[in-house]
Amino acid sequence: MDLLGFARGPALKIAIAIFCLGVVWRIVGFALLRLGRDLNRPRASVLKFLTGGLVAVGSRSWPHPQFIPRTGAGEALGYSYHIGLFAVVLLFTPHIAFLGSLLGFVWPGLPSSLITVISVLTLTLFLAVLFRRVTNPVMRMLSNFDDYFSWLITALVLVTGLAATAHIGASYEKLLAWHVLSVDALLIWFPFGKLMHAFYIFPSRAINGAILARRGAIS
Amino acid sequence: MSDITGTFTANLAPEQAETAQVRVEGAMRGFAHEMGALSAFRLESCIHCGICADACHFYIATEDPQYTPIWKVEPFKQAYKREASPFAPLYRLFGLKRKVTADQLEQWQHLLFDSCNMCGRCSLICPMGIDVAALIEQARHAMFDAGLAPKELYQKALHQRQSGQPEPTSEPYREQLQAIGTRFGVDMPLDKSEAEIMLCVPRTDIEHYPKAVAALARVMQHLGVSCTFRSDGLVAENYGYFAGGKEWQRDISLRLINQAIACKAKTLLVPECGHAYTALRWEAADLYGKPLPFKVRHVTEFLADELAAGRLKLSQSAIGKTTFHDPCQLVRKGGVNDAPRELMAGMGVKLEELKNHGGFSFCCGGGGGVIDIERAAPLRYRTMENKLREIDDTAAETFLTSCSDCRRTFDDAKAHFSWDKSPQSLLELVADNLTGATETRR
Repeated sequence: MDLLGFARGPALKIAIAIFCLGVVWRIVGFALLRLGRDLNRPRASVLKFLTGGLVAVGSRSWPHPQFIPRTGAGEALGYSYHIGLFAVVLLFTPHIAFLGSLLGFVWPGLPSSLITVISVLTLTLFLAVLFRRVTNPVMRMLSNFDDYFSWLITALVLVTGLAATAHIGASYEKLLAWHVLSVDALLIWFPFGKLMHAFYIFPSRAINGAILARRGAIS
Repeated sequence: MSDITGTFTANLAPEQAETAQVRVEGAMRGFAHEMGALSAFRLESCIHCGICADACHFYIATEDPQYTPIWKVEPFKQAYKREASPFAPLYRLFGLKRKVTADQLEQWQHLLFDSCNMCGRCSLICPMGIDVAALIEQARHAMFDAGLAPKELYQKALHQRQSGQPEPTSEPYREQLQAIGTRFGVDMPLDKSEAEIMLCVPRTDIEHYPKAVAALARVMQHLGVSCTFRSDGLVAENYGYFAGGKEWQRDISLRLINQAIACKAKTLLVPECGHAYTALRWEAADLYGKPLPFKVRHVTEFLADELAAGRLKLSQSAIGKTTFHDPCQLVRKGGVNDAPRELMAGMGVKLEELKNHGGFSFCCGGGGGVIDIERAAPLRYRTMENKLREIDDTAAETFLTSCSDCRRTFDDAKAHFSWDKSPQSLLELVADNLTGATETRR
């Protein structure tokens, strides 16, 4: 079995298994902790409680106007690279073909040249994010191994993907194998680190929004 | 350990509670295992973006990263990951998360008590939707269990739990209340066996703003409402809440709950006191273990409803351009946003809103017990400057609020900065503008 076969075969299967089991365990692990009931009389109706949660899922995507002068640029940077990542992962034709083989359906993609441009931009934003993390005193203080390793492993996926597309440094097969291996590594790391925020972000916003709505407070 | 309280944690047998480290370890284990799924989810969700710093007035005033709200719970995140998180065995096996030490936690006392008002502004900015203030409140519980509550808060909580008063006074509050009635010429309804509404009073008002106490009684008398103060449940404040003593908070709340039940009150009316509202409206039932058999309402909510129903009639106030400070516990954390404005509108007050108002208002700086922590004063003054500038920028002649602790904090700033403004009580303004005949309907 060659490297690409290993990356796409047993390595990917193991990675997906660790990813699935890890994600489930990470969620179940805290969800099984005690969940107290709020016995205090609500101000809002059940409908407002629910809609408050749903609204917060969307409204927390961008800061309230009062906070924009201080946080707008940082949040824009964060969202930009996320959008770039999503575009590359979901709209690159070979990715669509791979995902389609798993899901059973495909969707239209973007031209490869455009994906390359988006990838380069995303990688640039990724470097900017790292620069910000190491130069911003607050972020530097909060950062730990998880932050840097999660950055590194995601950046590796981007870099190897770009290299494979542009045929830089080695044969296409070898570069593709490294790209798939980096994806395998990302999947294995995913449940152990901050990449889990992909699963947490919407429930977390919804819960806070619903709790505040129950009190009649803004969220 | 100059500021530790010397308490021993409830999580340890007394014979074990002999060293700070043992006490801290017990408290942190207790924190990790008792925190519940919701708090665990909040800790799990943090992506270390640091955005919460930009909502915190302690950080904004100092640009010191240690005041980043989520950093204030860092040892507790460490304890959770090590003791109770889904991968806790891995963290312990490979030594990835060390035990929280007594020295580490002692350093955090400054961050959790002196430099956090539990105002909840950080909870509004978090892109992950984490309620950081809720985590800080829980972390204060662990600090209390570890014997690390600031001595001022600890002592007041202890005294209040034992006697009903946060501090000994030469004259009990009951007698002071009656003296205020005599001084301001208003009947103080006290210890009635039955009443529709049970009243309580901020000790801050008794000691510093007696006119506000008289205003409460006068307004209720004017409305003809069946109401009473109760000697055994007089004080609205809850120092157990500030100090982080959850059991003590419950015991202090129980004084009021039991008195409200004893007089068959349908409503417990919280006076102009922000954190008392949080403690009674949004936490008391959980500590009581079942829903309260009466409503808990803030006085401004009650009066706004009376105004809307046409039972409260107010004259047009003669005060000029006015601004209003929204107490965090009432508005941001409590949802009492419209009632004060409806009352001001009812009196024709020309309201000039602060740049950050409503749910986005900056805390006065004294909330969360910070006003009572002596060593926190220099940082508190530095942090307040931003708020005072906002108030000055409105060029308002009058400055109102509906929380006596906020009022005391601003008055303290007035003395410290030789500031030319003094906050007024919204309730007092209502009492000054009562019109129409006194009701006898209830």
